[in-house]
Amino acid sequence: MRIKEHPILTFEEKKKLSFFFDGKEVFGFEGDTIASALHAMGVKVLSHSIELKRPRGFYCAIGNCSSCSMIVDGKPNVRTCVTMLKDNMKVKTQVNKGDIYEKD
Amino acid sequence: MKKIDLVIIGGGPAGLSAAKMAAESGLSSLIVERDYKVGGQLVKQTHMFFGSEKQYAKTRGIDIAKILVDDVLKYPKMIEIMTETTVVGLYKDKVVTLLQNEKYIKVQTNAIIIATGASEKVLAFENNDLPGIYGAGAVQTLMNVHGVLPGQDVVMVGSGNIGLIVSYQLIQAGVNVLCVLEAAKEIGGYKVHASKLKRLGVDIKTSHSIKKAVGKDYLEKIIIGKLDEQWNFIAGTEEELVVDSLCISVGLSPLSNLLSMIGTEMKYVSYLGGLVPLIDKNHETSIENVFVAGDVCGVEEASSAIVEGYLTGLVVAKKLGFIHPNYDELYLDFKAQLHNLRSGPFGEKLRLGLEEIMR
Ligand SMILES: Cc1cc2nc3c(=O)[nH]c(=O)nc-3n(C[C@H](O)[C@H](O)[C@H](O)COP(=O)(O)OP(=O)(O)OC[C@H]3O[C@@H](n4cnc5c(N)ncnc54)[C@H](O)[C@@H]3O)c2cc1C
Ligand code: FES
Repeated sequence: MRIKEHPILTFEEKKKLSFFFDGKEVFGFEGDTIASALHAMGVKVLSHSIELKRPRGFYCAIGNCSSCSMIVDGKPNVRTCVTMLKDNMKVKTQVNKGDIYEKD
Repeated sequence: MKKIDLVIIGGGPAGLSAAKMAAESGLSSLIVERDYKVGGQLVKQTHMFFGSEKQYAKTRGIDIAKILVDDVLKYPKMIEIMTETTVVGLYKDKVVTLLQNEKYIKVQTNAIIIATGASEKVLAFENNDLPGIYGAGAVQTLMNVHGVLPGQDVVMVGSGNIGLIVSYQLIQAGVNVLCVLEAAKEIGGYKVHASKLKRLGVDIKTSHSIKKAVGKDYLEKIIIGKLDEQWNFIAGTEEELVVDSLCISVGLSPLSNLLSMIGTEMKYVSYLGGLVPLIDKNHETSIENVFVAGDVCGVEEASSAIVEGYLTGLVVAKKLGFIHPNYDELYLDFKAQLHNLRSGPFGEKLRLGLEEIMR
């Protein structure tokens, strides 16, 4: 959910960005991190623990704990709390350590 | 290899202030910041600060961040800033390895100021890893930087200043704060912050803590309980609360791992938040020309981080042969400011902690 009214801060309308979350087209705004855009849509589960596959969400939001790691444009282990959202990004939930990927 | 006189690791209040003072003294520097913007923890703090005018009291944290960033931008030729760049390696011969967009960059420098700040501690309880359980500072970022709410009903664990302030800001953003839990018998933070919350009807439950979290894919409810003198749960006092978010605010610990990597002498000091480097009066570690400033050498506040940044920037510049025209005056002033910030009963534990790390 996004804040609409706030006594101190103003959140102006920003440019809408479309991206793909597990294959589905969804929307966020300019200035969002991937994690904040997903959170605004109500998506809390971002990654899974490696052994027991327990669901994980974000925890620190400063790029320190890796609890928000996802696969972004084919690249695993991207800390989505400190990565800005971009138009057309392909974001996927990660369930393993991440596979070696082809760089282009 | 890229060469630069001074590398500053971390672009929070400490790092920014250090760069400014070094530049004023004539010394160029590179600030390396892993986030996509500089400002550190300040970028999410919408409340007004305490302290004296010199450290921007009565100014909101977000505005202080702007002032500090603008100060640094006044020296475009002397201060280089690299964002989305993480320092991943530090070597004794003053080579710093940076990771930027999957590329490793090596920088040879003469001096290093480590100003990496601190990270929020986690708390051990059943299912503490469920999505919906966040650091209080993380929630502050989500709300105040991105304008996104963590959920609708939240409980805060910890009644230090951060716990109290973030609870208030949650309410400002329209979230229902059910209560604040505090394991100790007394509220940890300042009375003004606690009173503000109490006036809004938020119950601050002292001698209480979280026993377990319940939920399948994410947090659905929590079980809380009352604690005895030894902080053990008292049987029969459990209570179930339906929440979609839980904020953990049980302190910060210094992000000092880079210092351990380079082999500086370290010590665990609980009053300072965890493992910290031994330093001399000018914030130099046991390795020559490796300095520290801000939360990384003891968790304090933004005000002291700023002054520590100025002090180290000033001293490092002098060591490398760039003497500020008002060196003596500034040096004494920064020392006096730090002394004032740490005086009084609230600074007592801090003072004891700092004594332990003096070389
Ligand atoms: C939720 C919260 C509320 C607070 N409220 C107040 C308050 O009301 N008043 C007050 O005075 N203080 C407050 N503080 C404390 C204050 O924000 C900190 O003391 C201050 O920000 C510390 O400054 P710093 O520069 O040492 O570290 P930080 O502000 O943490 O900055 C450190 C920077 O280093 C970067 N970094 C870390 N590791 C690396 C690496 N390896 N490579 C590159 N960059 C790296 C980080 O991304 C960060 O930007 C609060 C803190 C928190 C968490
Ligand atoms: S939430 Fe901790 S690294 Fe992203």
